[in-house]
Amino acid sequence: MKPAPALAEGFPDLSGMRIAREPHWLRWLSAALIILVLAAIARAFANGQIEWSYVSRFIAAKVILEGIVNTMVMAVLAMALGIFLGIVVAIMRLSPNPVLKTVAAGYTWLFRGTPLILQLLLWFNLALVFPTIGIPVLWSARAVDVMTPFLAALLGLGINQGAYTSEVMRAGMLSVDIGQYEAAQAIGMGRLRALRRIILPQAMRVVIPPLGNEFIGMVKATSLASVIQYPEVLHNAENIYYANSRVIELLIVAGLWYLLVVSILTPLQMLLERRFARGTLRFAQ
Amino acid sequence: MTKPLVAIRSVSKSFGEFQALKSVSLDVWPGEVMCLIGASGSGKTTLLRCINQLAIIDGGGIWLDGELLGLREQGGRLHRLSEREIGRQRLKTGMVFQRFNLFPHKTALENIIEGPLQVQGRKFDEVRGEALELLRRVGLSAKANSYPAQLSGGQQQRVAIARALAMKPMLMLFDEPTSALDPELVGEVLAVMKELAKSGMTMMVVTHELGFAREVADRVVYMDQGAIVEQGRASDVLGAPREERTKAFLSAVI
Repeated sequence: MKPAPALAEGFPDLSGMRIAREPHWLRWLSAALIILVLAAIARAFANGQIEWSYVSRFIAAKVILEGIVNTMVMAVLAMALGIFLGIVVAIMRLSPNPVLKTVAAGYTWLFRGTPLILQLLLWFNLALVFPTIGIPVLWSARAVDVMTPFLAALLGLGINQGAYTSEVMRAGMLSVDIGQYEAAQAIGMGRLRALRRIILPQAMRVVIPPLGNEFIGMVKATSLASVIQYPEVLHNAENIYYANSRVIELLIVAGLWYLLVVSILTPLQMLLERRFARGTLRFAQ
Repeated sequence: MTKPLVAIRSVSKSFGEFQALKSVSLDVWPGEVMCLIGASGSGKTTLLRCINQLAIIDGGGIWLDGELLGLREQGGRLHRLSEREIGRQRLKTGMVFQRFNLFPHKTALENIIEGPLQVQGRKFDEVRGEALELLRRVGLSAKANSYPAQLSGGQQQRVAIARALAMKPMLMLFDEPTSALDPELVGEVLAVMKELAKSGMTMMVVTHELGFAREVADRVVYMDQGAIVEQGRASDVLGAPREERTKAFLSAVI
C-alpha cells in the first residue's frame, strides 16, 4: 500500500477565524419605513373622528358580551353540524354505491354553488313556502314559530359548512394509504368499522389544519346571520349604533372581539394536532 | 382421507386487459408450507389476494376449509356473499403484507389486539395476555408499547405477523414479506416464519428468498404469466427444474 501523500500547499487553515455578521442595512431601513407608516396611520386614527371613549365604554357592554357568546355558540354548533355532515357525505362520496355517490355529489354541488347569505335568507323565509310544517297526523306547527333566527342560522351555516367540510374529509381519507384499508379488511373489518377505527383517526391528522381554517371562517361567517336577526355580536353592535350613531366605534368593538376569539383558537388547534399526531413523531409518545 | 385446506379450481382474474390469472388450479394441504415463486407480474401475489378476497376472482372457485369463498349457490345460480360474510370468511386466513401495513396510530400491542377486540368481540384481559405471548414468540416483548414508526422494518413485519396470528387463522398468507426490508433485517423475519412453519401452521408464501424456500417449503410452485408452470418438492423444482422457463427464471435470480 502507498503511504498517504502529504497535504498540498496553498489551502490555509481557517479553523481559528470567525465569520463576520452582515450589517443588513436594507432590513433596518425597510423596518424603519414600515414603523413610520404605521405611526402615521395610528396618528391619523387618533386625530380622526373616532371617540375612543365609546370603544372602551362598549367593549364589555352586556349586549356586546351576549352577542359574542351567541357568536361562539352558533360557530361551535354550526361547525359540529358541518363536520358531522361532512364526514357522512365524504363516506358516501367514496362508497361503491352509485346512488350514495350521486346524492353526495349533488349535495356538495347545491350548497357550494349558491351564496351563503342567500341560503340563510331562504331558511329564514321558509314560512313563505310552507306555512305549516310537520309530520302528517302526528304533529304540525306554524313554520314562523319553528324557524327562529337561531334555527335558520344553524341550518344555513351548518349545511353550507358540511358541503365544504365533506371535501376536506374526503381529501383526508384519500391521503391514508390503501394498504391500511387492506390490513383492516384482512383482520375481518367491514368498511364502516375500518373507516371509524383505522382510516378516520389517521385522516384527522391531515384534516385538522384545513378544518381550523374552516372554523375561523365560520366564526366570521356567523356575522352574516345578522341579516336574519340572529343576535350575534355584529348584529348587537349595529343595534347600538342605530341608536347612538357611533358607527365606527362599535364596528371597532366587534372587530376587536373577532380578533380575540380567533387568536385564542390558534393555540387550541395546535393542542388538537398534537393529540392526533400519535405515532407519527419518532420519539414522542 | 384428509381434504385440502385450500382447493383452487380454474381460477381466472383480469385487471382490465391484463390477465393476471389464467385458469389456475391448486390444492394446499393442512400443515403444508408452500412457496410461490416467479417474476413480478406472474400472478403469484394476485393468487394470494384472491384467497383473502382482497381481489375478487372473475371465474372458477376457491374453497377454504370446504367452504366456497365469496359466493353461494342457490337455485342453480351463484350469488355474491355480503360484506359481513366475506369478513367472516377472511377470519380463517391471516395476511402479511410486503409493506407491513401496521396501523401507525396504534402501538404494537394495540395493533395486535385490534382484531380480536373489535372484530371478534373478545375480552380485553384475555386478548392482552395472548397478544403479549405472541410478542414474546416473535421476540418483541420489550416493544409492546412502541409505535410502528419507532420500530425497524424487521420489527414491524414481526408485529404484523403477530397481528395476523392473533386472529387464530387456519392459513397464513405471506405476500413477499421480506422484499421491503434492508438485507440485514431479512433473517429475523424468516426466523419467525421458520418457527411458525415448525409449529404446523399451513402457510402460503410468495417470496424471492430461494434459500428460505429450499429450507422450509414442502412444495415450491413456479408461476409465469398467470399460470402454474412447474411445482414439486423444493429440491426438485429449485435443484433440478424440468421446464425451460423455470430454468431461465432460476438462472436469472441466482
